[in-house]
Amino acid sequence: MSPLLPKRGRPWTTDPGHIHDAPEPPPMPDEQELVGRDIPADEVEVVRASGEAREPHGEPAPVPEPAEVEVPQELADQIRKAMSRYPRKRSAAIPALWAVQRRYGWCTPEGIRQAAAVMGVTPAYLQSVASFYDLFRLEPQGEHQVLVCTNISCWLRGADDLLEAFKRATQRVAKPSAPEPGTPGREAEEVPDDVFVRGFECLGACDIAPMASIDERYYGPLTEDDARNVVEQLRAGGEVLPDKRLEDRKVAGGSDAREVEG
Amino acid sequence: MASQETRLLFRQIDEPGLASIETYRELGGYRAIEKAYKEMTPEQVLKELEESGLRGRGGAGFAMGKKASFLPRGGMDKYLCCNADESEPGAFKDRELMQKNPHQLIEGIIIAARAAGANRCFIFIRGEYDLQGDILDAAVEEAYEAGFLGEDVLGTGEQVELVVHRGAGAYICGEETALLDSLEGKRGNPRLKPPFPAVQGLYDGPTLINNVETLSNVPHIVASGADWFKSMGTEQSPGTKVVSVSGDVKRPGNYEVELGIPTRTIICDLAGGPLEGREIKGFFPGGSSSPVLTADEGLDLPYSFEAMQEAGSMLGSGSIIVFDETTSVVELALRTARFYHHESCGKCTPCREGTNWTVKMLERMIRGQATPIDLETVASVQDNIIGNCLCVLGDSMAMPIGAMVKKFRGEFMAAIERGVPGASLGAPSGDTAIAPHGGEPPEPARVGVA
Repeated sequence: MSPLLPKRGRPWTTDPGHIHDAPEPPPMPDEQELVGRDIPADEVEVVRASGEAREPHGEPAPVPEPAEVEVPQELADQIRKAMSRYPRKRSAAIPALWAVQRRYGWCTPEGIRQAAAVMGVTPAYLQSVASFYDLFRLEPQGEHQVLVCTNISCWLRGADDLLEAFKRATQRVAKPSAPEPGTPGREAEEVPDDVFVRGFECLGACDIAPMASIDERYYGPLTEDDARNVVEQLRAGGEVLPDKRLEDRKVAGGSDAREVEG
Repeated sequence: MASQETRLLFRQIDEPGLASIETYRELGGYRAIEKAYKEMTPEQVLKELEESGLRGRGGAGFAMGKKASFLPRGGMDKYLCCNADESEPGAFKDRELMQKNPHQLIEGIIIAARAAGANRCFIFIRGEYDLQGDILDAAVEEAYEAGFLGEDVLGTGEQVELVVHRGAGAYICGEETALLDSLEGKRGNPRLKPPFPAVQGLYDGPTLINNVETLSNVPHIVASGADWFKSMGTEQSPGTKVVSVSGDVKRPGNYEVELGIPTRTIICDLAGGPLEGREIKGFFPGGSSSPVLTADEGLDLPYSFEAMQEAGSMLGSGSIIVFDETTSVVELALRTARFYHHESCGKCTPCREGTNWTVKMLERMIRGQATPIDLETVASVQDNIIGNCLCVLGDSMAMPIGAMVKKFRGEFMAAIERGVPGASLGAPSGDTAIAPHGGEPPEPARVGVA
């Protein structure tokens, strides 16, 4: 591949699969259009393999000295309790990160350092664990979380529209305005702090498709009106969709079931 | 007409308070555990489970008693992990079992621990199941207080400890060796097998890993015997199965049936059949990783491990996803592939790259930018994934996509010629979207039909 590539639209920067909530990528260039086209010099950057432009980096942070890190008592107790439940302390990595996230709203660098100090591991170790799992937030994401399932069963029942409705309701994405050819049809707007909406892989509730996990509780089947109501209810601090809670649902069928006893 | 549902695990499932130990005991719970610990030796419990023919309900369908018998005997720390990381698209049966009847599972775990000689048990539950995790936490505490767990189970001197461990959102952790790594506090990457977990698993100790539904069957088998259990279901698939039906049907939900009943009964009678005025085009018989069956070839098969295998598919976790004639199979393939691409841990090249390529080629087809050779490439990529990775995540994409290309070739060819009009490319998981060809704003693929 030529080292001369247009700055915008480098295909490897638009891979949607690995990075959650990455900023809206630039549009994919139409490969055919680029063939034989003269690219102005100021739109070209030379990709060098050398690392001369990189920041110098030192040693990774060591295991924090417990005496040097101030850890809130409650957090320390939660992590120590988790450690005591496993034969090896590292098993408490995920419970410790949950404790950090519940306390600070996301896995803050300082929170990770505190957990690392209690567990006696490096912050980088916990960071490496946190970055593997989808539910750990590595940046602040608002007070309320709405995860909209977009997998097969929910998609079949209209999950894409539901996700759009949630995004419209939180005004995270503006309605598509007449786009310039070759630009994305919608512009990301400022993210409000309070309600964070995100498309998610199968949440294991295909019976109530299309559904969403709202502040870690399941609701469905949801309509676009529900999406608007949820956002209003969350912002008002009220109860969310009391008639659509999964926990109140009975098992399907059963009217004619034969019950057998062991 | 004979009743179509047979409720063993779902018996009195909606009884108020069933999640509490009092109600569970009032309805006959925790009697099997007395029998297993006071009247039977560990060998007898194991023999009963082996003779019952109970097959794993998590996907592979391996005989549960046989798996337990692989653990070495002798005094050492041995582990039992209950796999409650139910994350496969289409599967939601374990959620219902844990939420409504947690003590049935806990009793099953304690009895299985006796059969396997395990003293430390874990329930690995996916992090998204927060409500169910809370319910299990409370139930485990009750079981400790009642003396069913701890250093001295029922005064027999046996020790069984049980910890509820929550994951944090990664489908790969449902793979048993990735589950072990995750439980050890690492990133959830699968391990090379052998050694198998039965020999060297959690903390390098012998480990038995079973699904929620499998373990929930254990108390019933011990209480009533293997012969009684085998009186239900088919010879090779004894017992009942909780089947999760979802997608384009009138009444999606969990239905417990005897294995071997016609698939049509499950989809068309229990789940109400296709939506008004629609026709079933095909379905996944065992979760999103099972090769799809067309309505013609699949509806009249008996729903059992062996019949699905003979038809070139699998029963898997017992999750049926139905799609009707309004669904574009190319779009369905993209949804399926995207999931596995997103969830691939990236350790093995065929899976990491193969899922990525498949997604890109399917996107090209939907945009109408593909060439006929892409279809051959999609098919050959699937062939090159299968069997070439540490775990079966890549295979789980390759099998259904391969089947879709084979059985709905015409739709793929049409897509190559003119794309899929009206299809949405909005990436579901990454919250990013690729502008369709020509920069048109993405049109929603389907209107909500709920």
